[in-house]
Amino acid sequence: MSDQVKQRFLLQGNEAIVQGALAAGCRFFAGYPITPASEIAEQLSIQLPVVDGTFIQMEDEIASMGAIIGASLAGVKAMTATSGPGFALMQENLGFACVAEVPCVIVNVMRGGPSTGLPTCPAQGDVQMARWGTHGDHPIVVLSVSTVMDSFTLTVKAFNIAEKYRVPVILLSDEVVAHTRECVELPDTEEIKVVDRMKPSVPPDWYKPYEGDARGVPPMAAFGEGYRHHVTGLIHDDMGYPTQKPAEVKSFHERMARKITRGFPDIQMTKGYYLDDAEVFVIAYGAVARSALRSVQDARENGVKAGLLQLITLFPFPRRTVTPLLQQCRAVLVPEMNMGQISREVQRVNNGECVVKKHNRIDGKFITPREIFDHLMKL
Amino acid sequence: MTAEQKNQERYEIRFSGSGGQGLITAAVVFAEAVGVYDGKQVCQTQSYGPEARGGKSKAEVVISDNPIDYPKALELDLLLAMNQAACDAYFYDLKQNGILVVDSGLVEQHPTSRIIAIPFTEIAKEEIGRGLVANMVALGAVGLLCGQVDLENLEKALLARVPKGTEEMNSKALKRGIEEAAKINLNDLPRSIMSDDDEV
Repeated sequence: MSDQVKQRFLLQGNEAIVQGALAAGCRFFAGYPITPASEIAEQLSIQLPVVDGTFIQMEDEIASMGAIIGASLAGVKAMTATSGPGFALMQENLGFACVAEVPCVIVNVMRGGPSTGLPTCPAQGDVQMARWGTHGDHPIVVLSVSTVMDSFTLTVKAFNIAEKYRVPVILLSDEVVAHTRECVELPDTEEIKVVDRMKPSVPPDWYKPYEGDARGVPPMAAFGEGYRHHVTGLIHDDMGYPTQKPAEVKSFHERMARKITRGFPDIQMTKGYYLDDAEVFVIAYGAVARSALRSVQDARENGVKAGLLQLITLFPFPRRTVTPLLQQCRAVLVPEMNMGQISREVQRVNNGECVVKKHNRIDGKFITPREIFDHLMKL
Repeated sequence: MTAEQKNQERYEIRFSGSGGQGLITAAVVFAEAVGVYDGKQVCQTQSYGPEARGGKSKAEVVISDNPIDYPKALELDLLLAMNQAACDAYFYDLKQNGILVVDSGLVEQHPTSRIIAIPFTEIAKEEIGRGLVANMVALGAVGLLCGQVDLENLEKALLARVPKGTEEMNSKALKRGIEEAAKINLNDLPRSIMSDDDEV
C-alpha cells in the first residue's frame, strides 16, 4: 500500500469535524449528546485525551457553552457541538462570548425544529437563529458545510476566524452531511494553516484588555499569565469595567462591528459554478448546494444558462458577491430546507433588480436535484 | 453530455432489508474498499433513526471517477433486497437494465425475471454456521456482480472493519458469496427489468 493510499479515510461529516477541530488545535470540548451531532462528542471523548486535551460531558448545553468560554479565557481552543434544541439553550452564554470577545466554535448539526421537532431528519431551520439567536447587536460568524471535506477544512477555518477576530463562530452542518461517508485525503499538519489569538506585547501593567488593535481586535491574555483583567457581560470600557457612558458604549459597539466588517474579504467565502455567462442562478448552501450543482448542470444540458453560487459564509452575508450576480441574472432561485431564511437575505440585498424565487422543503426530506431542476426550467 | 450519460458516470448500489441484517455495515465496507483502497470517489448514506429499525432499512453507495454532487442514489444500478418489503418498495428505483439481487429464502415474490436469487441467509447458517454473516455473503455477491470493486480490496476492507476473532468467518462468508455469484451469467438474464418480451 503506497503512502498516498494510506492517507485516504472514509469519514462521516461529523467525524471530519472532529479531525478538523484537532488539526486546528482544539484541546477542549464540553457538550451534551444530541441527535444528529452525537458522533462529534463521541469521537472527541476518545481522541482528545490522546492529545492531552479535555473532554467533559456537561449536565446540559447551557453549562457546555459556559465551560468552553471558561476554557478559552484560560487560553485553550474550545468547541462544543449540538443540534437545534441544544443550540437554543446556548444562546444566553453565546451572547456573553460575543460581548466578552471569547474565541470559540459552536457546531450546530441542524435537524427539523422547532423544539424536539424531527430529531433524525435534515433541515436548515437554524440559519437566522445562528445569526440572531442571542439578543442585542452582536458580531458573529456563521459558516455552512456541504461535504465531508468541507466539514474538515471549514472547522479549521472556523477556529482560525474565532481566534483572529475574537468572535464566536457557528459552524452549521445538517443531518445529510453529518452522516454521509465520503473518502477524504486529509492534509498533513504542516500544510494546514492554523491561526492563534494575538497575545499582548506590553507588560502586564500597561495591558488594556479591551483596547482594539488597528483591526479593532484586542490582544488576549490567558488567565494565569500575569495579565490581570476583568471579564463581564456588561458593556465595558477598555479596561473591562462596566460603563454606561454613551461615548464609551457607542465606541464599544462600533469596534465590535468594525472588527468583522474589516475582515469581510477574509471571512466571506463563496464558491461559484458556471456563473460567468449565467442568466439565471441558484443560491444554495449546506447539503442542498450539492443537489443544486447537479440540477444546474442538468439545466445547462437543456439549454438554460444556469449557474450556482454556493454560500460558505452565511453571515456576515456575502452581499459583495451576491449583488453583482443579482444585477447580471434575470432570476435567482433559493432552495432551502426551511421556509426561506436565506432567501430573505437575498431579497434584502436585491433592490428589485432580479426575480427572487424560493423553493422550500419543510417535511424533513432532503431536496432532490429534480425539484430544483423543475424550478430552474421555469425561471 | 446528456443527462443519461452523466448518470452513467455514477454507479449506484442500494443494500436493503430489515434493521439488524447488517446492511449498513456491508455498505460501509463496500464504500471503504472502493474509496480508500481502489481510490475512487464514493458517497455512502443510510436510513437513520426510526426508519432504520423498521421493516425496511437501506444503505446506499454512489461510486464515480469524478467528484460526487448529489450524495444519495438517483437511479439504482444494483439493488440488493434481503426481504420482501424492501424488494417491493425499492424495485421501482432500479434502472431498466439494473441488477436486482435478492435473498431467495426471504424474497418469494419476484417483481421481474431479471433477478439474481441466492439463498444468502441459508448459506450463512448452513455453511458458515452463523446466520448473522448473511450480509457478508451478500456483500461478496454484490461485489462480484457490480464489477465496481477490486475483490481483494473488498476483503481487505472487510477484515479491517470486523471485530477481532471473526475475521475468518467473515472472510469465508464473503468468498462464498463471490463463488455463488460467479455461477451466474448476466447475459442469460432478460435485458430489461420491465418486460421480458421487450428485449427482442
